[in-house]
Amino acid sequence: MSSPRFKRVRGSRYWVNHIMHALCMLATLAGISSLFLILGFLVIQGVGAFNWDLFTQPESSGLGISNGIIGTIELVALASLLGVPIGVMSGLFLSEYGRRGRFGNILRFFTDILNSTPSIVVGVFGFAFIVVNTHHFSALAGAFTLMVLMIPIITRSTEEIALLVPNSLREAALALGVRQWKVILFIVMKTARAGIITGILLSVARVAGETAPLVLTALGNLWPNRSLTEPIAALPLEIYNFATGPDPKLWSQAWAACLILVLFVTLTSLLARLSTRRSTLRK
Amino acid sequence: MKPKRFSLPPDSLFKWILATAGLFIVMIVGLMIAVMAIESWPVFQQFGLQFIYGGDWNPSENADRPPTFGALPFIYGTVVSSILALIIAVPLGLGTAIFLNELAPRFLRTPISFLVELLAAIPSVVYGMWGLFYLVPFLHDHIMPFLSDTLGFIPLFAPPIRGFSMFSAGVILAIMILPFITAVAREVLAAVPNSQREAALALSATKWDMIKKAVIPYGRSGIVGAVMLGWGRALGETMAVTMVIGNSHFIKTSLFQAGYTMASVIANEIREATYPLYVEALIAIGLLLFAVTFIVNGLARLLIIRMSKVSMGGQNE
Repeated sequence: MSSPRFKRVRGSRYWVNHIMHALCMLATLAGISSLFLILGFLVIQGVGAFNWDLFTQPESSGLGISNGIIGTIELVALASLLGVPIGVMSGLFLSEYGRRGRFGNILRFFTDILNSTPSIVVGVFGFAFIVVNTHHFSALAGAFTLMVLMIPIITRSTEEIALLVPNSLREAALALGVRQWKVILFIVMKTARAGIITGILLSVARVAGETAPLVLTALGNLWPNRSLTEPIAALPLEIYNFATGPDPKLWSQAWAACLILVLFVTLTSLLARLSTRRSTLRK
Repeated sequence: MKPKRFSLPPDSLFKWILATAGLFIVMIVGLMIAVMAIESWPVFQQFGLQFIYGGDWNPSENADRPPTFGALPFIYGTVVSSILALIIAVPLGLGTAIFLNELAPRFLRTPISFLVELLAAIPSVVYGMWGLFYLVPFLHDHIMPFLSDTLGFIPLFAPPIRGFSMFSAGVILAIMILPFITAVAREVLAAVPNSQREAALALSATKWDMIKKAVIPYGRSGIVGAVMLGWGRALGETMAVTMVIGNSHFIKTSLFQAGYTMASVIANEIREATYPLYVEALIAIGLLLFAVTFIVNGLARLLIIRMSKVSMGGQNE
């Protein structure tokens, strides 16, 4: 047999290859261009509406969104107060005690259920559980709902990152006679710190933009909130109300609010990425 | 000799503290199901299964006619808008995943996948506002007339056209689930061993032959899982859909007419719900939505797990 001669592929296979190549490229381009279309409009419409009043005046004056900014910060902070420790602790439980075994698996399953439950359903839960029973839309109900949304994200990311901590580190510490709770606190958590923080940041970014559950629980408020048992404003709620309302002046405030929200979310996820990159684990 | 395992008080205490946090999650999920079931019980008691297949949603309280609650228009709207979203997003998402994983030059992969991920970070209400002011007018002026002129003989594309419609909702949902489908499909493709690719290339396959014959079949169940995960997302999306779908209580055949989804009816009408049965009917819709997404996500996860087991065991057809 003579040595094989390589011929370039021609015919239908050749053309199909190139057409599909181009189509895949087009698909990618379509996704990216819709991103730029959204961001572009956001910047064009939002930057023009930025002014001092926007950040200092409450909704009731018709000039600003300060109560929404404060409200979102308040809601997210309240949600994190319980959500972060519970999320991190159950994540550590999964990685340190629950790798196998019945409770670990049950917990993992329930966390996954919670993670994939639509936020509106969690909102319905907050509504049926707190608002119906207290007869009030309130900041507490809103914060509770955001907390429920936050926990599973933190739990799974903490578990994933703590599993990356090499077992040799744990064993070395245990062999030196360090007790296990100290190993978890000072070896596992310390090594995985950057990753755990990333998970927390991502969950904050995700929860800060949630609207649907807040419509059912926090309701919105034209004035800064005085008490946690009263309705509270939030940035996403303001966007929703302004955008669906008839007033063009409020539309441009809503664009500005969108821009603030998107900037916050993007910066947070960028920050999260940077902190993971610096982590010793991901190297 | 087995060393005696001794657990000092602080150790077991610490374990119990962590376990309590875990128990809290389990309790929350249990509570969520229980509360929704209890609150919506009167509705199912009064309307039975008719709540699900009844097409008449009429909450207004008249003296001569009691309010009726049938969730079919919302179930229909949820299914149709999300399937429309899948029809648009699946080819785009798979194409993007294939491009990123198989075709793109290495230096492009990280920045492009970051941009696609960014699409997932944009809050739903921002999509809604963009849809309200740009996408809906654009679709109404340019895309819908074209579709109804060319495909108008199919009832789904029949005129007249409205901007706030099922079609707009499907398009915006497609953009929103695109990053999820892409990300999961990419993971699945990345799990396909290189020996599959090399074997195909060695048989003088072109790149596309290789993808079609050696990569996609290997990852098929994982890809179906990715699609299902995207579907689960689309089913529960609320704000963006609420802002563009037009919110009509009636089932219309044409995609260019207004519709309603389960999620958006809850968000939209909860403030108007003035009497207990109305509130309970909305909570019942929440429970239905939970059940549906639970099933869809469960199936998706099973498929993805099966895929990762196959690729780890190294066995394939």
